[in-house]
Amino acid sequence: MSMFARTTLDQQNRRVEWLVKTLFLMMTVLLIVPVVLIMGILIQRGAPVLSWGFLTEVPTNGMTAGGIFTALIGTVWIVTVALIASVPIGVAAAVYLSEYAPDNWLTRAINLAIINLAGVPSIVHALFGLGAFVVFFGFGRSILAASLTLAVMTLPIVIVATRESLQAVPHAFREACWNMGATRWQTIRKVVLPNSISGILTGVILEVSRTAGETAPIMFTGAAAFLPFLPQGVLDQTMAMSLHLYVVSTQVPDVPDALPFGVALVLISMVLVMNATSIAFRVYLRNKRKW
Amino acid sequence: MVDATPKLSVRELSVLYGDKVALDGISLDVLPNEIFGIIGPANSGKTSFLRALNRMEEFDTNMTVRGTILFEGQDISAVRNVYALRRKVGVVFPLPVGLPMSIYENVAFAPKLAGIKKKAQLDDIVERCLTRAALWDEVKDRLDALGSLLSGGQQQRLTIARALSQEPELLLLDEFSIAVDPVTTMRIEDVLKELKDEITIVLVTNLVQQARRLADRTAFFLESELVEVAETEELFTGTVKDQRTRDYVEGRFG
Repeated sequence: MSMFARTTLDQQNRRVEWLVKTLFLMMTVLLIVPVVLIMGILIQRGAPVLSWGFLTEVPTNGMTAGGIFTALIGTVWIVTVALIASVPIGVAAAVYLSEYAPDNWLTRAINLAIINLAGVPSIVHALFGLGAFVVFFGFGRSILAASLTLAVMTLPIVIVATRESLQAVPHAFREACWNMGATRWQTIRKVVLPNSISGILTGVILEVSRTAGETAPIMFTGAAAFLPFLPQGVLDQTMAMSLHLYVVSTQVPDVPDALPFGVALVLISMVLVMNATSIAFRVYLRNKRKW
Repeated sequence: MVDATPKLSVRELSVLYGDKVALDGISLDVLPNEIFGIIGPANSGKTSFLRALNRMEEFDTNMTVRGTILFEGQDISAVRNVYALRRKVGVVFPLPVGLPMSIYENVAFAPKLAGIKKKAQLDDIVERCLTRAALWDEVKDRLDALGSLLSGGQQQRLTIARALSQEPELLLLDEFSIAVDPVTTMRIEDVLKELKDEITIVLVTNLVQQARRLADRTAFFLESELVEVAETEELFTGTVKDQRTRDYVEGRFG
């Protein structure tokens, strides 16, 4: 008998190994089933209504015909204003937490607050936005109120992504700079931020896709079911893709079957394009990795 | 020694991390233009000593420093402009740290911090420092390449060039040869011998023989304490007083 012959124990181990691997593989395959189904059904049923006109015309006939132009532009407005509010705050907060904050109870409390903020259901954010921005600050139902609500809701995404990418920059780089007599800010500006920008942008793009898709927070704060015109400023109400999808799917009678699928397909394509951009960007920057 | 005033005068220096003592009340002098070696086993407080010299406790809330350090007679804990202090003190770490910027920018970083903006002047500094660190010939045609992608030995010389670009009065080296091949180590050692004419060097080393080759005087640290300071040759020829030093130098522990 060869010295490498299999013992009973070896055979048993091999069987367990195969079993575990197959089981985990099946779970992984299970995971992509919903994705494939969603995309498949959306494309199959939504694709027929897609056309250049669908994207560039306003809804007509009580939203049973026409396009989605006003909703599309409304979503762009809402997302843009939300980003303008949340990115500077989120990045600044993350830089403080990662680079300046001492490890004390206050910092720990803030970190806990961020985690909790991420866990607050979106409907609660919606009601908060209604109370705070629509009523208290008097912005009324407007893009501004809706965007600020979304900004508050998505702040944790930006903060966590930024903080993680800052902390991925090796500590030795910071020590080297400090030892040369650089201040913390000089170190952050010259070394830490330039090397974490890809992670920060990835966080921002994730935030964009989240912001574009949310419905509840904008329903009470600034998005309208139907408006025949485009918003002229941040204090106007607007239509939005996500709410439009909800409305044509559930609130309007006699909508052609394909229409909601078309809206959903455009919305999900927007999000996927953003995510793909994020991934491409990340790959590009990783290839340029500097250490 | 022409100048008798010590470059560094350390008295009763203790360093603590939390309540763990890393350095326990050491006193020593470092003279101008000498290479001052520090030997000792791991965790004997060598690195903590260097960190205290550069007031790194300000970046580490956990770190406490007690005692006094006089730099050319000035108490460094009273220095208001700590950034200027750190510019006078160059540091080289055990693992080479090429910053993720071009070779040129690595060396021009500190001069820029010090307010030098003229390209010609920066060019000059970069060439001079890289030359003195024995790296110029290898990188002069690719100064735009990333400093962090050089080989370990080159990065360590880059780190030395960067430290020199600060025009330091004092150069601290912390086990610089730990990640460097023997040939590069020898080249850096030659550089250090030349630098001695202009600056004072504190050389922490895990290689006892390196201290012997380079240091004028050598201190032996053991378990957070300073066992003794002696002329390096005395340390190796067995005329030192302490049995522990003799054991360490002769490789009986450590």
